[in-house]
Amino acid sequence: MPWHQILTLPFLIAILTAGIRLAVPVLLAVLGEIITQLSGVMNLGLEGVMLMGALAGFATTVTLETANLDPTLAAWVGLAAGAGAGMVMGLLMAVLAITCRTDQVVAGITLVLLGQSLSTYFYRAFPALTQARVSGISSWPIPGLADLPFVGRVLFNHNPVVYLSGLLVILCGWLLYRSNWGLLMRATGEHPAAVESSGMDVTRIRYLCTLVGSGLAGLGGAVLTVVQLNLFIEGITAGRGWIAIALVYFSRWHPSLALAGALLFGVADALQFRLQALGSEDIPYEFFLMLPYGLTLIVLASCRLRDKTPTALGIPYVKGDR
Amino acid sequence: MIDITKRFPGVVANQGVNFAVQGGEIHGLLGENGAGKTTLMNILCGLYRPDQGQIQLQGRPVQFHRPADAIAAGIGMVHQHFQLVERFTVAENLVLGERKQLWRDNPKRLHQRLRQLASRYGLDLDPAMPVWQLSVGQQQRVEILKALYRQARVLILDEPTAVLTPQETQGLIATLQQLAAQGTSIIFISHKLNEVLAVCDRITVLRDGQTMGTVAAADCDTHRLAEMMVGREVDFTRPERASRDRPEPRLRLEAVSVQGHHQRPALDAISLTVHSGEIVGIAGVDGNGQRELEEVIVGLRPPNQGTIHSQGTLAHIPSDRYTMGLIGAFSVTENLLLRDYRYPPFQRRGMLRPKVMAQQAMTLVNDYLVRTPSVQTPSRQLSGGNAQKVVIARELSRQPQVILAAQPTRGLDVGAIDYVHAQLMAQRDAGAAILLISTELDEILRLCDRIAVLYEGQIVGWANAATANVNHLGLMMAGKHPPETLSIPMAHDR
Repeated sequence: MPWHQILTLPFLIAILTAGIRLAVPVLLAVLGEIITQLSGVMNLGLEGVMLMGALAGFATTVTLETANLDPTLAAWVGLAAGAGAGMVMGLLMAVLAITCRTDQVVAGITLVLLGQSLSTYFYRAFPALTQARVSGISSWPIPGLADLPFVGRVLFNHNPVVYLSGLLVILCGWLLYRSNWGLLMRATGEHPAAVESSGMDVTRIRYLCTLVGSGLAGLGGAVLTVVQLNLFIEGITAGRGWIAIALVYFSRWHPSLALAGALLFGVADALQFRLQALGSEDIPYEFFLMLPYGLTLIVLASCRLRDKTPTALGIPYVKGDR
Repeated sequence: MIDITKRFPGVVANQGVNFAVQGGEIHGLLGENGAGKTTLMNILCGLYRPDQGQIQLQGRPVQFHRPADAIAAGIGMVHQHFQLVERFTVAENLVLGERKQLWRDNPKRLHQRLRQLASRYGLDLDPAMPVWQLSVGQQQRVEILKALYRQARVLILDEPTAVLTPQETQGLIATLQQLAAQGTSIIFISHKLNEVLAVCDRITVLRDGQTMGTVAAADCDTHRLAEMMVGREVDFTRPERASRDRPEPRLRLEAVSVQGHHQRPALDAISLTVHSGEIVGIAGVDGNGQRELEEVIVGLRPPNQGTIHSQGTLAHIPSDRYTMGLIGAFSVTENLLLRDYRYPPFQRRGMLRPKVMAQQAMTLVNDYLVRTPSVQTPSRQLSGGNAQKVVIARELSRQPQVILAAQPTRGLDVGAIDYVHAQLMAQRDAGAAILLISTELDEILRLCDRIAVLYEGQIVGWANAATANVNHLGLMMAGKHPPETLSIPMAHDR
C-alpha cells in the first residue's frame, strides 16, 4: 500500500468531504425509514424505492435538459420527481401492508424485486438513458465559513442538497421527539389501539408516514444519480437501501444517530473509492468494495437495541382489536 | 340510548337496548360475559355504529361516526385493557392527539398544569413518570384523568375492578363518588353483583343482548340482580366437600426461585406442598409471578434455584388457553388427543388411526358437554367456554394425580364457570392434588382449602379458606402484612 499517499492531510480532507457527500442518499433513506417504522410499518422495500427514485429523477432531469431547461432547475425538478416516484412505491407498500395487511417482510421484498426489475426495464427500453449525463447541482461554498482551514473545506464546501439534508436531520429530530405530531406518530407505532380510542385514525397516520418515508428514500436515490454520479446504470444504488435499514436499527430510531451512521458509511465508501484508485498489488479491489458493507455489519452487531424497537412494528392494525 | 340494535356476523350483540344515564349519577351496567355490555359501550364511544336506534345527549340526537365525535361530545371511556402507551410518560399519554398546536408545551409547565388538574379530581399522579413504572391502579387513574382532561362529562368504565386489589377498588370507588358529586355521569360496567350494588345509584341489567330492566340500587339485592342477569337462581354458598382420607403430599416446591426481567426475581424462594384431595389456592394481583409459577411447575421454565417434586400424572389447565392450551388450526379431535396420539390404540405401527381418534373425541365431547359443530371443527372457532372445556376434557380425562389450574375461568360466563368449578371439585373428591392459581378472589375463596398470597414473586402469607378474611387477603395482595396473618403456614407445611 502506498502509505505515504494515504497518511496525509489532503487525503484526509478529500476522504471526509467525499464521505459527507456520499452519506446523503443513505441518510435520506434512513430518515424516511425511521419515520415509517416509528408509525409501526416496516418498509423493507427501500432498495427498490431508491432505485425507482434514482431512475425517475435521472430520466426527468435528462428530459428537461434535452428540452433546454436550465440544468440546475432541471436537476431540482428531477429530485422532486425522484421523491414522487418514491411516494408511488410507498403507496403500493402502504396498500399492501396497511390496507391488505399482508406480511410486511414479504411485501417489502416484493417491492425490492419490483423496483429492481422495473428500473432495469425502463433503462433498457430507453437507450438514450445509457449515454446520457446530467450536469447536476454545482456546489455552493458558504461565504465566510468555506474559507476556514480544514473545517471549511470539509463541511462548508458542498452543494445545497448536502446542507438541506443536514437541516432535515434537525427538523426530523424536533418533529419526531418534540412535537405533538411526533408523539402521535410514535404512539401509533407503540399502541395503535390507544391512538384509535383517542379519536385519531391509525390507518391515515400510517399511510402518511409510509408515503413520506418512501418519498425521502426516493429522493435519496435521485440525489445519487442526479447530483452525485450524474448518470444511471442498472442497480446503481448497490445495496444502499439495505444499508439504510440496518442503520435504522443502529440509530435506535433517532435522527442524530442516523446521521452518525450514514456518515460512517459515507466515509467508508469514499475511502474505498480512493484506495481502489490508488491500487494495490497485495489486496484485490473487491475487498475495498466490501469495506462499507462490512463496516456496517460490524457496527450493527456491536449495538444493542432491544428495548427501543417500536412495540407494534410490523404488526397490522385491525380496528376494534386490542 | 334508545332501541339500539347491533348485529355481528352470526350474532345479535344488542337487540333493542334502552339505556339512560342522568347527570351526576353512577349507573351500573350489569351482565354476563357476552351479554352485550361492551358492544353497547363501544357504540356509545364511537368505535362501532349501531344498525338501528338512536343516541341522545341532553335530549338532542347525536351521531358518532368515529371515536373523535364521541370524545368531542364529552364521552370518555376507560377500557378494560388500558389504552396507554407504556413507554410514554403520564403527561405524554394525556396530551396524545392534541392538535391545537404543533409544538409541545415545555415539560415543566405542562406537568404543573396536569398536576393541578389531577389534584382537582383527587387523583394522585406524577405526570413525569413513564407509564410502565406505574401500578395497575395508578394506570387506571391515568386513564380516568385522560378522559377528564378531554372534558368528559360521561365516563364509562369497563370492568374497572377486575385488575385491582380490594383496597385499590375502595380507592377507585371513592374517586368515582367524588367525580359524580362534581356532576360527572359514570357508567360502571361489571359482572360482579356486590360491587355494583355498593357503588351505583341505579343499575341496568343486560342479558343476551337485551335490556332486562333498570332498578335503583337501594331497593335491590344480589339475589334479585343475579336472577335478572342469569335468568335463574344462583347459588352463592361455598359447596361442601366430602371428607378426605389420609392426605399424602403430591406436589412439593422447595425454595424455588426464578429470575425475571431487570435482575429482579420473578419468583423468590417459593415453598409449598399440595396434598391429595385438597385444593391450594394462589391468590394475588395479576403479574406478581403467577405466570412464572405456572411455567416452572409444568417444566416450561427451569428454576434457577430450588426443587420441584411431583408425583404421578400432571394435568395442566393453562392460563392462556389459546396459546398454551390449544392449537387453533387443529381440529377438536387433534386437540383432545394432543397428549395421547402416539400411544395405542390411537396409532398402529407409527400411523395415526383417525377413526379411533374420532371415536374417543366424540366420547369426550359428550362427557364434557363441549358444544361444537363437529369434532373436525378447528378449535379456534369455539367460544371461550367451549375451548376451555376441550382443554379440561383432555387434561382431566387422563385421571391426573396432580392438577395445575391457572386462571381456569378467565373470560368465561357464569354457566361455564360453574361447570369448571364442579369439575375441579369432582377431581378433588376423587383424590387429586390441585393447585389453583387465580386472580379472582371469589373463586379462590369458594374452592380452596388453603390459600397462599403471591406478591412480587413471594408468598407473603397463608390463610385457611374457612376462616379467611377478605380484607386481610387484600392487604397481603397489595404487599402489606397485616400483623394477624403474618405467618400461619399449616403444620404440615414445614
